[in-house]
Parts: sequence; C-alpha cells; structure tokens
Amino acid sequence: MFMILGIPGPLLFGQLLLGLINGAFYAMLSMGLAIIFGMLNIINFAHGALFMMGAFASWMLLQYAGIGYFPSLIIAPLIIGVFGVLLERTIISRLYHLDHLYGLLLTFGLALVIQGLFRNYYGSSGLPYRIPDVLQGATDVGFMFLPNYRAWVVLAAMVVCVATWAIIEKTPLGATLRAATENAPLVQAFGVNVPRVITLTYGGGVALAAFAGVLAAPIYSVNPNMGDNFINTVFAVVVIGGMGSIMGSIVTGFALGVIEGLTKVFYPQASATVVFVVMVIVLLTLPHGLFGRRA
Amino acid sequence: MSISRRTLLGAASAAAALPLARARAQGTPTIKIGVLNDMSGPYMNTGGPTSIVCCKQALEDFGVSGKGLNVEVINADHQNKPDLAVSIARQWFDRDGVDMLLDVPTSSVALAVQSVVREKNKVYLNSGAASSDLTGKACSPNFVHWTYDTYMLAKSTGGAMVKAGGDSWYFLTADYAFGKQLQADTTALVQAAGGKVAGSSAYPFPGTTDFSSFLVQAQSSRAKVLGLCNAGADTVNSIKQAREFGINQTMKVAALLMFVTDVHALGLDVAQGLNLTESFYWDLNDRTRAFTDRVKPKTANNWPNMVHAGCYSATLHYLKTVADMGPAQAKKSGVETVARMKRIPVEDDCFGKTTIREDGRNLTPAFLFEVKKPSESKGPWDYFKQVAMTPGDQAYRPLSEGHCEFIGKA
Repeated sequence: MFMILGIPGPLLFGQLLLGLINGAFYAMLSMGLAIIFGMLNIINFAHGALFMMGAFASWMLLQYAGIGYFPSLIIAPLIIGVFGVLLERTIISRLYHLDHLYGLLLTFGLALVIQGLFRNYYGSSGLPYRIPDVLQGATDVGFMFLPNYRAWVVLAAMVVCVATWAIIEKTPLGATLRAATENAPLVQAFGVNVPRVITLTYGGGVALAAFAGVLAAPIYSVNPNMGDNFINTVFAVVVIGGMGSIMGSIVTGFALGVIEGLTKVFYPQASATVVFVVMVIVLLTLPHGLFGRRA
Repeated sequence: MSISRRTLLGAASAAAALPLARARAQGTPTIKIGVLNDMSGPYMNTGGPTSIVCCKQALEDFGVSGKGLNVEVINADHQNKPDLAVSIARQWFDRDGVDMLLDVPTSSVALAVQSVVREKNKVYLNSGAASSDLTGKACSPNFVHWTYDTYMLAKSTGGAMVKAGGDSWYFLTADYAFGKQLQADTTALVQAAGGKVAGSSAYPFPGTTDFSSFLVQAQSSRAKVLGLCNAGADTVNSIKQAREFGINQTMKVAALLMFVTDVHALGLDVAQGLNLTESFYWDLNDRTRAFTDRVKPKTANNWPNMVHAGCYSATLHYLKTVADMGPAQAKKSGVETVARMKRIPVEDDCFGKTTIREDGRNLTPAFLFEVKKPSESKGPWDYFKQVAMTPGDQAYRPLSEGHCEFIGKA
C-alpha cells in the first residue's frame, strides 16, 4: 500500500472525497446566504433554522401525508420558500433602510424563536428519516466504499449550485436581479417591480437552504439544533469566499470541506477550528475575501 | 374620599399575600429541590423536562403534604456549560435556599458543580452524568451518583462485546471529560480481557455532525469493534452514518452510552441489533410498568429512560430521609443527610432494592439489552430485549480501586 505523508493513500483519497461531500452542504448553504446578502444586504442568521425547517418539512410530509423523499425534494423547498417570502414581506423588509447589524439581530432572533418552537414540539433527540430504497447501499470505488446516498448528495448539490450560478450570471432574469442590487431606483424607472424581485430572491435563497435540509435529513439527526452546527462554518465560508460572491461561496464551500476532511485525519481535535483559522488568514491578507469585489 | 387605583391595587395585593405569610409562619421549613439539566440542547430528551416530571412524581407518590412536608421544585437550564452551572448553583444555594441539587447531566458540568455543593454543605444527587470520577478522584461526602457510570457501561456493554469475540477496538470519542473517561474505562477493561485498542479519534464536542471521516479511519484500522464514546445526538448521528458506510457489516458497533430515547430517535430500522446498557427500562417488570403508566400522561412523547427513573428514585429516597430526620435537621447539613441516606435501604418501583455505597455510588443493577427488530416490536416504545443482568454489587468499580479520598477519614 503506498503512503502519502505517513497516511495510506486510499485512506487519504477517501478523506478527500468525504471532504467534498461535506463541502457540498457548505456550498449550498453559503450560496443561499451569499445571494441574500448580495441582493438584500441582509446577513441572514436564520439560514440554519430554515435549513432545519427543510429537513423537518420532509419528515412531516412523509409522516403525515405519506409523501416520499423525491417529491419532497421539490415540495419541501417550495413550502419553506413561501414561508421565507412571508417572513421577508412581514418582518425583514422593514429593516432595509437600517444598518446591517439590525438585520443580523432580527434574523438571529427569528432563528431562536423558530428553533425554540420546534424544540417545544419535537424535543432535541431527533427524528428518524430513512435513506430512500434506490439510494441504499454502497459502491466500491477502489479506495473506499462510497455510500450511494452520499454520491447522490454531491451530484445534486453540484447541479443545483451550477444552475443557480447560471441563472444569476447568464440569464436576463439574473441580469435584472443584479441590476436591482446595483441601482434599485434606476431599475424601477425601467418598470421593474424591485420590491417583488427582492422578495422572490429571499424566497429563493431560503428554498436553497430547505433543499439542503432535505438532502441532510437521511444522514444527519433531524433535530431542531441541526442548523446550528452548520451555520457558523457556513458564515466563515461566505466571508472567506467574499461577501455576496456566488461563485466564491460555491468554490470555497467545497474547498473548505476538503480542508476540514484532511484535518480530521491529521489532527481531529482541530477539525472544528481549522475553518476559522483559514478565515483569519484570508481576512488578514485579502480583506474582501478570495472572490470578493473591492468596495 | 377618593381612592386611587394604585392604593386599591396595593391593598389588594397585601390582602392576597396575608394567607401566604400565615402559612409560612405556621408550617415547617420548606425543602427546596433544584433540578439542573439541559433543557434545550443535545441532552434535552435524555434528561430535560422528563427529569422534572419524574422528580415531581416522587413528591406525589411520597405524599409530601400528607406527611407534613413543604417541598418545592425549581429548575434551570445549564446549557452544558460548566461556568453557567456553577453560577446557577451558587445563586440557588446563597439566595434561593436550595437544599438538594438533582440530575445534572454532562460530566464536565457535573464535576464543576461538585465542589460548590461541598463548600455550601448541601445535597447533590446526580442521575444524568456518566463520569466514574464523580465517585473516584472527585468524590464528595455530599454526593450520591444514582443511576449509572462510565465503568458500569464499559463493563456491561464492553464486557459482552469482548466475550463475543470483539478483541480489537477502535474508539470514536467526544473530546471532553465524559468521552475520555468512558474510553479510558473501556480500554482498561478490553486490555484486561486480553484485547487490544487499534486506534481512536477524538472529535470536537459539541459541534461535530459528520462522522464519516472517522468512520472510514475506523474501518481501515481493521478493528473488530467500533466503540462509540459519545452520547445523545452524536451517538444517533454516528450510528446512522456507520450504517450508511456499511460499518455494521465488517465491525460490531458498541454504543457505550445509549438510552431508549436515542433508540426512539434512530428508529428500529437503523438501531436493530445494537447492544446497550441501561439500569432501567420501562418494560422490565410490573413495578416499572406501573411507574411508567403514572408518568406517561405528563410526558407522552418522551418515555422515561434510566436517567429519568434515577431522578424519581433519588427524589423519593431523599424525601424518605428528610421525613426520617426532620426537615430542619436535613436543611442544616448536607453531609449528615447523605450519610443518613446511605444507612436507609433504598427501594422504589424503578430499581427495586439498592444500596448506596460509602463513596456515594448507588448500586443499581446493569441490564444489557439488544435492540429489537422492527418485526419484533409490538407497540410504542417496545424496543429492548434483555440479554444479561449484572447485579449492583458486581456492576460497578470496586470501592478500593476508586481512590475516593474521604473514605475512612470521617
């Protein structure tokens, strides 16, 4: 067996692949955050709670309506997206004229309320959710057994990330979105309903979080605190990638997943910290992040 | 004469307070129990609100008012933070007059509170925490460890695994007091039985949700047993993911601390076949079923596990002792109350007859269970079948090996 840095090669490749899989979740969540920040200038601290709601929505769809995994990949994000639209219209939209800090505090508070409500009804131990039958089992890829479900997660995440990026960067709809962020009054003068564009953007970002939640339900414990563990890392990803940069958050998400995965081999105790060490280094050398535009 | 609204309100509240003042003047001193546990985090279902329900059930079953006792139960959320728990405990003892501290899961928190209780000379009955250090290096004459500990888990679950041929182990360990102690206790046991430890991964607690990296490392170590030295949501996640990676086909998974509440969270589909140890299960016998029927209406979604049962049993025995020595005397000295508790035989519906050893170890029996297949389960929460039972006097670390410092000095 060949060795790399004192670690057997297959083990190292396995870890790289696993890092990529975790990176898929980081990428999807941080992309939603980046879109919301880029368009709305709101630092959405409720993102973790909305991710959790996505996972719960798919559990509820199965439990109460008998709707399985694949339909709920579409239905759950829609439901939570509509919930996001309501949140934006009734509460968040009132803060656009204020400093970022107010939006951050408001969404942080919303996250606590949402988590508290779920905890009250469902406790904290979590709820079971089965991996769908077609994705059960694992495939031998030479250097490791890759569970089929994980392979599906990476695939789904990559497709969603690329599609979202393409919509925002390459289509007329995306052009309108970007223009509305740059100069809202001017775009409004062209007859575009800017508040509606903003509302739908928030709904879209929330739906992305919920989609990640549905993907996470079969492999992580579905519990009210599940978003907490992701949200801090995901914020670090957004900061490293450059606030508001969509491509930045996708690339950084995958890259940090890999770095974290490697840390778990060499010094597992530091695996929760390594992302923040990278963040500090990036901020000291490139204050706008790896892909951020200069202000 | 005109009466202002404020005067009226003042008069009304004074009148309302009068009967209270009278009751207090006439009655015996109030005994205050403080339930300190995780009300919102990963250990909320293993302790949390159900522990409070079980504590109050003990008040009801004992019939406090009929026996002329005034007992009040208060609670707080320690959020698994030792510093927060210490400041709550100090406030309870200094300002609120709490006499007995109950439950306190999370070993790092349980150990931190130990010295405060000793300093204030109160009573500390721990049901939720696991570290065997609580009756070893960190023992105290104010303390009883009620329900289980890391040594007992290692001996029961780990011992069964080694006996079944699992002689090489890989540990997945939560990197704090509890995980390390559980790993140390299990390692000692495995090595004493001639087995070896092939490796281990200590992961940051809390905040780790993905265990796949560690699971793949465990798999490549070629050990026969994967020992999970963690609890609550971490255990649930690691078992879920171990199954996903097919680890259950090449290794035996030993969940060294797992409660019926965790099995409920996993579902039998994933949890079937696992071995685990608890000192209480609702369906053990008529008495445990009767107890569960009494508390179930108050905690329908979260049936009692051994920690909850321990809170009931500890409270009931404490109340017996208080009634025996008189509340005024019991409030005066925690050491004296605990010494008296050790002399009175313990008996209740949850654990039957047990004794409390000199070092504060309550000798509950250890039941080794196997999780049922979905087809074997006949009703809600019907999850376990009993595999073995270790009597209380053999389940725990021998007194001489604990090195508890106060023994023999008193």
